[in-house]
Amino acid sequence: MQEKNTPLYEVFLRPRNGLAHRHVGSLHAADDEMALQNARDVYTRRGEANSIWVVRSSHIVATPPSDRDMTLAPSDPERKPYRHPTFYDIPKEVGHM
Amino acid sequence: MPIDPQVHFGYLLRLADSNLVLGHRLSEWIGRAPVIEEELALANIALDLIGQARALYAHAARIGGGGRDADALAFLRDQIDYRNLLIVENKNRDFAHTIARQFLYSAFAELYWDALTASRDTELAGIAVKAVKECAYHVRHSAEWLIRLGDGTQESNNRAQKAVDELWMYTGEMFESDQIERAVLDAGIGVIAIDLKPAWNETVEPVLMRATLQRPKDGWMMSGGRSGRHTEHLGHMLAEMQFLQRAYPGQQW
Repeated sequence: MQEKNTPLYEVFLRPRNGLAHRHVGSLHAADDEMALQNARDVYTRRGEANSIWVVRSSHIVATPPSDRDMTLAPSDPERKPYRHPTFYDIPKEVGHM
Repeated sequence: MPIDPQVHFGYLLRLADSNLVLGHRLSEWIGRAPVIEEELALANIALDLIGQARALYAHAARIGGGGRDADALAFLRDQIDYRNLLIVENKNRDFAHTIARQFLYSAFAELYWDALTASRDTELAGIAVKAVKECAYHVRHSAEWLIRLGDGTQESNNRAQKAVDELWMYTGEMFESDQIERAVLDAGIGVIAIDLKPAWNETVEPVLMRATLQRPKDGWMMSGGRSGRHTEHLGHMLAEMQFLQRAYPGQQW
């Protein structure tokens, strides 16, 4: 089947109520309805989900790799370590956080 | 009204055989499907059908298998002893044919299982409860494909129409009635298939319309599967499916 007839979709599953949908992979499908069916058949064979999202890959807006220095590098922990709460001791009574 | 165990056994075999044969036909697509997504979809449906068949064989074996277990019923009977509907043994042709075959059969099977959930045979009713959900998806999946093939390109429309035309003469057999069916109906175990025909039409016709396909006329209908008179396709399929158990008897998973 030709790529233009079966565009790429990204698949997101939510395993349980209260959790967020997580990206699990992608697939090709003729349209939205078939993409949902394919997602069910390809990614939920072992009861992994109680909700499925699919979205056309081309509809995802992504950060361009070329802009990485501008958009993502400034929050690099090496450069702004004070944004990470690692400068104080947690009292023992608190236990694991 | 009590029922002869052999009649009960024969009825369960019919249901089991149709599911096993169609499940095996779908499994023949593995490695050959048009796209990987659809290959998994067909394999999933095949597994559902084989699972239904397995439960039915195990139940049948307890009722009247004469010491045979589910494997013996599946792998050690010849085609003349198989009781499946002819539509499911139709050999695989193109993808449109497989989808049309699935749709016409599953639309029937979903209704049939739904009716069987009220069976007085509680084991059978239990199998039906699980199967009806699986079949609902088989109908959905095959219907959506048929709509896209029929209402797709000229080529896919031609192929889908040809498949529906070729398969139509096997649809009458699904609604046939005979002594076994009347006996299980009287015993509160079985279903009278002809009563399901209007609902089947209500499932099938709108899908054909949306698929821009012509519903064939109800002309001459081919039958015989339930009395062991099969098309030439089944023997070849069983030869391949049963080879291992025949050549190396007693093999187990």
